[in-house]
Amino acid sequence: MPHPFVVLMGKAVRYAARLRGGGSALPGLFVEKISPDFIKNTLAPLPHGVVVISGTNGKTTTTKMVVALLEAQGLRVFTNRTGSNFTRGVAAALLKEVDMKGNLAADIAVLELDEAHAVKFVQTIPPRYSLILNVMRDQLDRFGEIDATAQMLEKITSATSEAIVLNREDPRIRRIGDHDAAHRVSYFGLSDDLLATFPNDDDMRNSSIKTTQRPNADVLLSSYEHDSATFKIAGKDYTTSLKITGVYNVFNAAAAIALTQTVLDNEFNIQKTMDALAEVTPAFGRGETLRIGGQPLELVLVKNPSGFRLGLKSFSPTGYATMIAINDNYADGRDMSWLWDVDFDSLANEGVSEVSGVRAYDMALRLQYDEVAITHIEPELSIALRQFIETNKDTPKRIYCTYTAMLTLRKELSKMTKVEVIS
Amino acid sequence: MSRPIHILQLYPQDMNIYGDHGNVLVLKRRLEWYGYEPIVTEYNVGDPFPKTVDIVIGGGGQDSGQEKIHKDLLKIAPKLRELADNNVPILVVCGLYQLFGNYFQTSKNTRLDGIGILDVETHGTNERLIGNIVTSTESFGEIIGYENHSGQTTLGQNVQPFATVIKGAGNNSQDGHEGARYKNVIGTYLHGSILPKNPQLADYFIEVAVRQRYEDFTPNVIDDLFTELARDVARERPR
Repeated sequence: MPHPFVVLMGKAVRYAARLRGGGSALPGLFVEKISPDFIKNTLAPLPHGVVVISGTNGKTTTTKMVVALLEAQGLRVFTNRTGSNFTRGVAAALLKEVDMKGNLAADIAVLELDEAHAVKFVQTIPPRYSLILNVMRDQLDRFGEIDATAQMLEKITSATSEAIVLNREDPRIRRIGDHDAAHRVSYFGLSDDLLATFPNDDDMRNSSIKTTQRPNADVLLSSYEHDSATFKIAGKDYTTSLKITGVYNVFNAAAAIALTQTVLDNEFNIQKTMDALAEVTPAFGRGETLRIGGQPLELVLVKNPSGFRLGLKSFSPTGYATMIAINDNYADGRDMSWLWDVDFDSLANEGVSEVSGVRAYDMALRLQYDEVAITHIEPELSIALRQFIETNKDTPKRIYCTYTAMLTLRKELSKMTKVEVIS
Repeated sequence: MSRPIHILQLYPQDMNIYGDHGNVLVLKRRLEWYGYEPIVTEYNVGDPFPKTVDIVIGGGGQDSGQEKIHKDLLKIAPKLRELADNNVPILVVCGLYQLFGNYFQTSKNTRLDGIGILDVETHGTNERLIGNIVTSTESFGEIIGYENHSGQTTLGQNVQPFATVIKGAGNNSQDGHEGARYKNVIGTYLHGSILPKNPQLADYFIEVAVRQRYEDFTPNVIDDLFTELARDVARERPR
């Protein structure tokens, strides 16, 4: 089918879907069906090509940072900012951005893709650059095992035409670079001091620092305090203030800088990059802060044990009321084993005010074995949220939640305060 | 009044993929709540094998983890066999369940010899048996968990199935039973983790271990309300 017709019909479906108040993926699914080449044809003319960002944790925040950094240096960037990181999510986002002739006014596309979908995507659309963040235990019931997921990620780098950016501190990701001779390889890393506070799945139960030989990091996160960070780039230290929070988000800032440097090469401007980074705000549900009744309420998305452990480590519970909401829908992962790989000792002093979600009692059981006190357990999210806010009127609040629990909570919160609408 | 009970955790570095830490934590806490002093020894490849062992726990791993520990496991096999024959409670989940059997033949046809404490054999397949699972046992009632394995296990003459499957797959896609039992050695595919969701099993291990060391066992009462409620939800969740 000729390109303009596909665009026209896709836009019509998108309009109809929005009238119905439906999801963002339907128009993408439609275009995918009637013209499998739609994405390829639309992205092919971009002068700087396509960037794929994948890995278990931090894709959304990192993509948001990369887009901001590239835009700050004058590039027009297309991205799938809906957080729908499947192929049809990309198609849906493209439909929104293209003109009626199907042309995309952009210099580069920056796409976050889920590991399994990225493998299929790169077969039809080989990226010019790829950034691989990490591989951790996420939804093992979907992908099987970590090593299998690492192999998927390697397929993404193999399909990349020009340059790849890798996490030096993740042994399975670093290994991809060890036997890659076909690309420019760039690494982002952590100083030894920070590395000690940054567990990966292999040393989860064993906090000794890795002393194995690591390649030189092109961008290194040297130090981090709650609202500023210092990065070492080409041997020189650069300090900037930050709006993003949590050490794992800040580590991903190093990834975003390394990718920006790789894409722009000689045109890369460090000062502009630092200035833009200082202004980036957290992506939704990744440490974003809302206000309820004059008090801050933070949403922290937790998808897997390493993410949950880093979240607990990044945000001090002192002075905060804590709620935990655990669902087990397909997008969350059905297996509850992962809760047993997180230590909740850090919450023992303050206790947990509210436990909710489909698997509220699994979470309560987990807390019982870490001897953490619980005030309320209420599986129904909307009731739990109101109870949580009511009980802790004058206290700052923090909610750790799985993906689908977060979507429900945001919907409930939007009835009480201004919440960024994701469409 | 410290009455120690020694828990041996097998290969936590390489075989800990599905919340196996939860099983150790549950034994540890319940022993404390019952008034005993749990002493957990982590045994990894090359470590000295501890002299005193009252309970053994071992978990699941990836294929790469199984290969890493394989040689070492064969080395300590006689010691584990002696513990098993002396009725010491041993729980092995997933990967170590397979290696406690006679052999594990991977889907690529390489064969890892097991240590043969459980008369079972496992063949790797391309079919992944995955999802919530509910089973029933004569000794422990209903056992609820989550399974995720592509190895399919068949039982030999000298071993009993651990449980009968009510919902889910179990050892393989045909036989309708789950896990295997020899004396107090239980091999199972259930995680989730299995002991938090099934404290009756944890208490059996504890009681056997305590009676063998101290003869008498008079436990305090533990409030298992959260467990009951979590089981009620898990039982009804989609596969």
